Amino acid sequence: MNTESVKTVVDRRDGKLAMAHFYVAFIALAIGGLAGLLQTLVRSGKFELPSWTGYYQILTIHGVVLGLVLTTFFIMGFQLSLVSKTSGTLTDKQRKTGWIGFWTMTIGTVMAAIMILTNQASVLYTFYAPLQAHALFYLGLTLVIVGSWIDGAAIIMAYSSWRKANPGKPSPLLTFMSLVNTLMWIVATIGVAATVLFQLLPWSLGLVERVDVLVSRTLFWYFGHPLVYFWLLPAYMAWYAIVPKIIGGKIFSDSLARMSFILFLLFSIPVGFHHQLMEPGIDPAWKFLQVILTFLVVIPSLMTAFSLFATFEMFGRSKGSTGLFGWVKKLPWGDARFAVPFIGMLAFIPAGAGGLVNASHQLNQVVHNTIWVTGHFHLTLATSVILTFFGISYWLVPHLTGRVLTKAMNKLAIIQGIVWAIGMTFMSGAMHAAGLLGAPRRSSFSTYGGSEQAAEWIPYQIAQAVGGSILFLGIILMLYIFINLAFFAPKGEEEFPVGEVADQAEKTPMVFENWKLWLGITVLLILFAYTIPFIDMIENAPIGSKGYKFF
Amino acid sequence: MHIHKFEKIWLIFGITTLIVFLSVIGVSAFYLGNQPPSCLATINPEKVDTTAPFDKPGLKKVEGKEWDYELVFVASAFAYNPGQVEVPKGAKVKVIATTKDVIHGFQVAGTNINMMLEPGYISEYVTTFDKAGDYLIVCNEYCGVGHHMMSSKIEVVE
Repeated sequence: MNTESVKTVVDRRDGKLAMAHFYVAFIALAIGGLAGLLQTLVRSGKFELPSWTGYYQILTIHGVVLGLVLTTFFIMGFQLSLVSKTSGTLTDKQRKTGWIGFWTMTIGTVMAAIMILTNQASVLYTFYAPLQAHALFYLGLTLVIVGSWIDGAAIIMAYSSWRKANPGKPSPLLTFMSLVNTLMWIVATIGVAATVLFQLLPWSLGLVERVDVLVSRTLFWYFGHPLVYFWLLPAYMAWYAIVPKIIGGKIFSDSLARMSFILFLLFSIPVGFHHQLMEPGIDPAWKFLQVILTFLVVIPSLMTAFSLFATFEMFGRSKGSTGLFGWVKKLPWGDARFAVPFIGMLAFIPAGAGGLVNASHQLNQVVHNTIWVTGHFHLTLATSVILTFFGISYWLVPHLTGRVLTKAMNKLAIIQGIVWAIGMTFMSGAMHAAGLLGAPRRSSFSTYGGSEQAAEWIPYQIAQAVGGSILFLGIILMLYIFINLAFFAPKGEEEFPVGEVADQAEKTPMVFENWKLWLGITVLLILFAYTIPFIDMIENAPIGSKGYKFF
Repeated sequence: MHIHKFEKIWLIFGITTLIVFLSVIGVSAFYLGNQPPSCLATINPEKVDTTAPFDKPGLKKVEGKEWDYELVFVASAFAYNPGQVEVPKGAKVKVIATTKDVIHGFQVAGTNINMMLEPGYISEYVTTFDKAGDYLIVCNEYCGVGHHMMSSKIEVVE
C-alpha cells in the first residue's frame, strides 16, 4: 500500500516550472479579485470610480485576468505537476518545452494587460466584433493560447514517453486525465485562434476593412463552452483521484473515471450554439441539435457525482459507520484539503441545475444575458472550480516548495472556504434573483431613467456588493496562505496525494488509450454539429462590419 | 466493463430524466412553436435608415397576418428608436429589430422578449402583451461606454 505516493516527490526542477505558473495565477487572483470588488461596489450605486478608469475597463480586467489568465496558468501548472508525479520526472526537453510555453503565455498576458490598462481594449474577455480593440490585445491573447499549446505539448510528450516505456499498460490515471483535458483544449482553442488570426487581427491592423460578426461569434463559442470544461476537468481530477487519498479511501473505479473523461472530450465541444440561442442567422433546428449534445454532459456529471459519494460512503463504512448517512460523520471535516473542495462539490449541485436552465431553448429566453448568468458561473467557476484549486494549492504549493501546511494555516484555509461560501451565497444568490427580474449582466449602475422595474433590482445589487466584499476578504486570506506556503511555511515534506483504486475494481480496458478513435469521434461530432449551419452562415452572410471603438 | 448496480440505477434514472427534459423542450419548440428568435433575414447595417421597415420605426397596424401589429426598433450606440412606444393591451405583436453599428441586446424586462441584435441581421419575435403597465427595454449585450444608459419603454395601455 501507499507505494508511489510516499516514495516519490516531484522533482525540484519540475516544481519550479509549476510554481512559475502558480505565481502568475495568484497575481491574477489579486488583480482580478480587486476588479471584481470594485464592480460590485459600483453597481450598488453607492460608490463611483475615479475619472481615470471606467466600469467596463475594470470589467475587462476582471474577465480576462480571472477567466483566461488565472485558470490557464493554474491548470497548466497543476497538470504538469500531475504528469511529473505520476509518469515520472519530465525529461530536459519536456521541461524546456514547458518553460517556453510559460514565457509565451506570460508575454502574451503582459501585452494584453498593457492594452487593457491604457483603455485600448475595453471589449471584455469575449471581445465580440465589431467592437474593435488594439491589435496588440488580440496578439497578446493569441500568444496566451499558443503558449498553452506549447505547455500542452510538454504534457503530450511526457504521456508518449511513458507509454513507450510501458507497452500494453494503461497510463497512470492522473496523466490520462491531464492528457484528455489538454487534447480537448487544443481542439477547442482552434476556433478562437481561427477568429483572432484570420478575422480580428487583420481587421484591427487595417489589412481588411470588414469582419463577419456571426462567423466570429460562432468560432468564439465553439471555444467558449469547452473553455468551461477545461476549467472544470482539473477540479474533477482532484475529486476523482486525489480527494479519495486525502480522506484515506480508494478511487471507486478507474475505468469509469476514464470513461467520464472521454465523454467530456466528446460532448464538450459541439455545443457552442447554446450560447447563441437568442441570435439571428442560425436555424433553430441546429440550435436544438446542439442543445441535445449539451445535455449529454449530464451523463458524465452524474457518473462523477455517484463516484464521489460512493468513495465517501465506502470510506465511512470501512471506519465502522452505521445507518444511511452515518458515514458523513467519519469524513475528515477538519482537513482543508478535503473540506474546501467539498464546499466546491456542493456548489456544483445548484450550479449544474442552473446550467440546465441556461441551455434550454425557452428558459434561456428568460435569463439570457441577465445577471442570472453571472450568478451561474460564479457558482461553477468561481466556487466549485476555484475552491477546488485552492484546496489543491494547500498541499501542492508546499509540496513543490519543500514546505508543510501547518495546523494554523489549515485552520485559516477552512475559514477561507467558509468565508467564500458565505460571500458567494449572498452574491450569486442575489445575482440569480435579480436576473430573473430582468437585470442585465455586464452593465454599470443605472436607474434607466427612473424605471420602476430597474428600481426593484437595486436592493439585490446592494446584496451583491455585500457578497463581493466578503469574497474579497476571502481572496486576501487565500493570498496570505499562498504566500505563506510558497515562502514562509516551515520546511518539510508535504504529501502529494494520489488515490489508489479500490481492490474489487476491475482491470482498466486499453480502449481508453485509443486516441485515433476518441479524437476521430470528437471531430465527427463537431463536423456533424457545425458543418451545415456554418456553410449557411457564410453563404447567406450580410455585408461585414467595420470596427467601432465605443470605449 | 463492470458498472455497479446502484450506479446503473442512478444512471438509468438520470438518463430518463434527461430524455424527459429534452422532450419537453423539443415539443415546446417544434410542436407548440416556442422557438428562440432565429430570424434568417439579413440587411445592410449601413443602410438601415433607408430600408423598410426600419425607415419608419414604431408601432404599425397590419392586416392579413398572424399578428395585429408590427413594432419596429432600430438600435444604435446608445439608444433605441423609438425611445418610448404605446401598445394596446392584448395585441399580438411582431417585434422587429436590428442594429446600425455594434451588437446590442434587446430585452423587455419581465417578459420573454430577449434577442441579440447583430449588425447585418434582423431579429424578430412574436408575442402578446397581456398585462397593462410599463415595460423597460434594456440593452443586455455590452456595446460600449454608454451601454447602461441604453433603454426604451413599452407602455401597454388598456
